Amino acid sequence: MNNSALIHITDLVKTFPMGKREFTALKDINLSFSAGEFSGIVGPSGSGKTTLLNIIGTLDVPTKGDARVIGRSVSDLNSKDAADLRNKHLGFIFQTYNLLQVYTVFENVELPLLLLKIPSEKRREMVLQSLEWVGLTDKIKSRPAQLSGGECQRVSIARAMVKSPQIVLADEPTANLDAKNSHTILQTMENLNRELNTTFIFATHDEKVIQYLRRKISLEDGQVVRDETIKG
Amino acid sequence: MIKFLLNGLLRDRQRSFFPILIVAIGVWITVFFHAYIQGVFGDLIDSTARFSTGHVKVMSRAYSENADQKPNDLALMDVKKITADLRQQYPDMTWVKRIQFGGLLDIPDEKGETRSQGPVFGMGVDLLSSDSREIEILNIEKSVVNGRMPQTPGEILISDQLAQKLGVSLGESATLLTSTMYGSMTMHNFTVVGTVRFGMTVMDRGAIIADISDVQYALDMDDACGEILGFFENRIYDDEKAAVIVNRFNTDYLEVEDEFAPVMGKLIELSNLSDYLKMGENFSGILIIIFVLIMSIVLWNVGLLGGLRRYGEVGLRLAIGEHKGHVYRSMIYESVLVGVAGSIIGTALGLGSAYWLQVYGFDISGLMKNINMMFPAVLRAEITQETYYVGFVPGLMSTVLGTALSGIGIYKRQTAQLFKELET
Ligand SMILES: Nc1ncnc2c1ncn2[C@@H]1O[C@H](COP(=O)(O)OP(=O)(O)O)[C@@H](O)[C@H]1O
Ligand SMILES: [Mg+2]
Repeated sequence: MNNSALIHITDLVKTFPMGKREFTALKDINLSFSAGEFSGIVGPSGSGKTTLLNIIGTLDVPTKGDARVIGRSVSDLNSKDAADLRNKHLGFIFQTYNLLQVYTVFENVELPLLLLKIPSEKRREMVLQSLEWVGLTDKIKSRPAQLSGGECQRVSIARAMVKSPQIVLADEPTANLDAKNSHTILQTMENLNRELNTTFIFATHDEKVIQYLRRKISLEDGQVVRDETIKG
Repeated sequence: MIKFLLNGLLRDRQRSFFPILIVAIGVWITVFFHAYIQGVFGDLIDSTARFSTGHVKVMSRAYSENADQKPNDLALMDVKKITADLRQQYPDMTWVKRIQFGGLLDIPDEKGETRSQGPVFGMGVDLLSSDSREIEILNIEKSVVNGRMPQTPGEILISDQLAQKLGVSLGESATLLTSTMYGSMTMHNFTVVGTVRFGMTVMDRGAIIADISDVQYALDMDDACGEILGFFENRIYDDEKAAVIVNRFNTDYLEVEDEFAPVMGKLIELSNLSDYLKMGENFSGILIIIFVLIMSIVLWNVGLLGGLRRYGEVGLRLAIGEHKGHVYRSMIYESVLVGVAGSIIGTALGLGSAYWLQVYGFDISGLMKNINMMFPAVLRAEITQETYYVGFVPGLMSTVLGTALSGIGIYKRQTAQLFKELET
């Protein structure tokens, strides 16, 4: 096991109460991720991908075992510390984009920086930089409703990247996109991964995504069945 | 961040405009009804004081026991002295003597035969002395519809309705048939110089107003009268002040064992209004509680719907790393803003409409033909200090409560769960 790992999961079990019994969503997971990985948790629907990603993202806690994220054990974090960890080090990309409809593209991307209390001049710089990464500088003043699905997902990538987090977690980011847009955003993320050494972890069952991955962790019924490193 | 949230609030009409509208309407109704109830009871107290009980009233003990029947045979004697004493002791208050009496008013033709006749309810009040306060208290001058105020002894006003019923014209004479203080029948001739309408059903149906000296003469009530009414200087009833005065007055006569000794009472006891007033207060209170409950439920649901709509936003803000408490508090602050804005608008509308009712009134005399109470024929609202803030209680409480309730769901859930609910 690699002690310098960014994310370190040991003997992780996650169960959900289901009526009187318990449902085991994740069983005995042992995984490590290091800085700069471009990896994916792959498996059929219901295999536990989102649950695992949520635990890594400190949005949920393990039932047994531990997940250390950037040196912090997620089970030990109280809700405030977890929020601070997410605030500083984690970026999220969702299947449904989760853009705030009443805000402009600029404001949507700006939100994480507001929480970090970054001064407005600096904020503007960072937002513009991030929108440049995803190629949306001409849509600053648009509202999400005026954008295509692909553009929305690019805004959400910009929002995840704006604070240059160490880890970006992307849950089925292409599920609502056509092939062309899927490739565009994957290439964007691949570039960012190369340029900024950001760790990307996907949860997906989309072949288009899988072909970009450099590491593919296969999940079935809550268990890791394969962990392959793919030479690019 | 605050600016960011405010922008969101202002741009999202579902979050600002509609809740504010709902609160404003609710507050409007509350404020208006509050002023309306205040107006009804304020009017009731006011007209009862002016026409019937004063703020405090002195009668003889015997008279007071059957005061409803206006038993002038049991009237108060030595009233000049009693009034003088009261004026000396309470110089700020206004003290007036009154005699109320029943009788028949007979309108003769040229030959002196009865042309028409009807029962009347009479009031002897000071009309002629230069410092008379009754004209102001009973608002007589403004109530004259036809003719003029009595200027010399023997002149009377009669209610306009009665004048029409009896077919009597101004300047004609009218004979009052009634009994004296000592029980014998008497007749007295007056000249009708004006007709009045008070907007009080009882008075307007068949009243005559005569100068008290004339009535004392006619009823053989030298230095006697049925009642002495006292009014506070500002003409506003104050139950505690009245109680003090009543207590002191009655203590002075405690030892006197005479059924004709004077006894004082205060408006609330004399008028049976206390039940109504309590009812009114309870009614206002209940109204406000019901309103808070209904609005809370409505706003809770609005909040829940808004909350559901906003699960995405909330989930996202949490994922980005905003603290749960911060998200929750920002929603509460938002609701305070919405509540305050809605309450201000609602209070303004409520005050506006209450003011309209206060100034122009709403004439319900048509609905009140058979009601015998001293009930005003024109409904009016009364704007009190309370009117200005009463709407804020429910307006703010219901929005904040509604948001707090709907927000708890967000607060209690695991962050991951918010996304799960978002997906389905
Ligand atoms: N909060 C929960 N309560 C109960 N069961 C859950 C909950 N979250 C996930 N599950 C169950 O755990 C399993 C894995 O879910 P999930 O991680 O969402 O799968 P995937 O993302 O691979 O489709 C599913 O069977 C799902 O029904
Ligand atoms: Mg999933």
